[in-house]
Amino acid sequence: MNWLWSTYGSLPFELQVTIESLIKIIAILVPLLLCVAFMTYAERKIIGYIQVRVGPNRVGPKGWFQPFADVLKLLFKEIVIPSNANRFLFLSAPILSLAPALAAWAVIPFTDTLVLANLDAGLLYILALTSLGVYGVIVAGWASNSKYAFLGAMRSAAQIVAYEIAMGFALVGLLMAAGSLNLVQIVTAQTGGIHQWYLWPLFPLFLVYFISGVAETNRAPFDVAEGESEIVAGFHVEYSGVTFAVFFMAEYANMVLIATLAVIMFLGGWHAPFEFAPFTWIPPIFWLLGKVALMLFVFLWLRATFPRYRYDQIMRLGWKVFIPVTLVWITVIGVFRFLTPFGFIFQ
Amino acid sequence: MTFSFLDFAFYAFAAVLIFAALMVVTVRNPVKAALFLVLAFFSAACIWITLEAEFLAIVLVLVYVGAVMVLFLFVVMMLDINLVQMREGFGKYLPVGGFVALLLVAELIIILNAKVFSPDSMPRPAGQPADYSNTQKLGEILYTQYAYPFEIAAIILLVAIVAAISLTLRRRPQTRYQKPAKQISARKEDRLRVVSMKSEKPDPDAAGAGTE
Repeated sequence: MNWLWSTYGSLPFELQVTIESLIKIIAILVPLLLCVAFMTYAERKIIGYIQVRVGPNRVGPKGWFQPFADVLKLLFKEIVIPSNANRFLFLSAPILSLAPALAAWAVIPFTDTLVLANLDAGLLYILALTSLGVYGVIVAGWASNSKYAFLGAMRSAAQIVAYEIAMGFALVGLLMAAGSLNLVQIVTAQTGGIHQWYLWPLFPLFLVYFISGVAETNRAPFDVAEGESEIVAGFHVEYSGVTFAVFFMAEYANMVLIATLAVIMFLGGWHAPFEFAPFTWIPPIFWLLGKVALMLFVFLWLRATFPRYRYDQIMRLGWKVFIPVTLVWITVIGVFRFLTPFGFIFQ
Repeated sequence: MTFSFLDFAFYAFAAVLIFAALMVVTVRNPVKAALFLVLAFFSAACIWITLEAEFLAIVLVLVYVGAVMVLFLFVVMMLDINLVQMREGFGKYLPVGGFVALLLVAELIIILNAKVFSPDSMPRPAGQPADYSNTQKLGEILYTQYAYPFEIAAIILLVAIVAAISLTLRRRPQTRYQKPAKQISARKEDRLRVVSMKSEKPDPDAAGAGTE
């Protein structure tokens, strides 16, 4: 052990930073990918119970090993590349959709000290990276040389452009309230118990953000990009084996990301809802994880409850409902900040 | 002068940027050209980050890569571009196009050779302390010193949006639109009438009590 430390100390500083960052990245990504794996199990179980079924219960005790069975199955399947498909773009599309979903985790604070990169413009970074995920879908749809895939990609592009704006405006309202783009500072501004969370003053923005998040991850009831009853499986209809698995992982990693962001920005992050005894016994990170689990449950609940939106209804909701709502609420926040510059609601 | 990591990063990103920019104009497939343009924007954003202009860099990615290029791709993918047809008359336009290109290059050489653009007159900006917020500083300047130009630009953009929409909006009176307000306000009583009436056949259960 000692010689390991001494060799580490003798390395140049840049290399030390790189190694340290790599270890931190692994420490974030491994639990995240495990979470993604068991999210698929949770989804099938929870939707099963909501629909009065049992869900997967064969592999391992109560079906707990089902994710591993799925992963093995997908790994050993053949990757079929359609004829006349653009081979390079076809194979890079899944990576294009997974990479932003993972890279966004660099600025997520788990507690006030547990964060990989405490970026000053963290919120902007998140917004920029979540807007990149659409390239995976578009490139997949185009490179597959399939009409169904192409239709799915077009739907997804139009949907994401619409909801991106509403999401951006919701975050503008948040940064007006918090006065910072730094995610750690946004959570610190919500210290003091459940009544300090931005959920209350920014409730319309919370709803807009979360619903836009569901739409951006292409989850039901906004899953027109997949739309299995209309366009088979949409943008990933031609993908099989590992390439399909990567798309799947990207979708679930995005879900976990949106849930975590909603918790950090509106539900007080790692803060306990009440600042007294039984609640403060639980370490902050478990509060964060518990809230994220709750938000993820809402994702699954939505999927089990609502039928898919029709395409024109999605567009109407995005452009004609969410954007006006966010604009009005940004004005309300501005007026409040102007009238009460030193406290009252936002400090 | 030593070759620091920042220099290495600059040359790497600049090489990718120039390669991508060249590919945008030379590659045959318009979709691939658009994707190379995305790569070019991204490399430019990376270079800006090495200059500590993180706000501009992230906004470049957010606006150009995340929104503008998505719309671009959206349009380009749906175009059916016939390259043979497009290359017709290439020779005819070559002298004019070449002349314009040469003119542009000459102008660039003249202006970039001037003293104000020489590397000596534009030294690398001094590094800022870690708690320096690029975003905050930009916002402060934009909303105090440049408030009027900023607002005027915003109004012009708004007018442009309204103009673009009014130019392309076609009202089609025969199309039947959904009216969500009307749908929501519809009540059961408006559409449904419950009529109580006797069954026309005699009830078998009531008549021949359980013969089976």
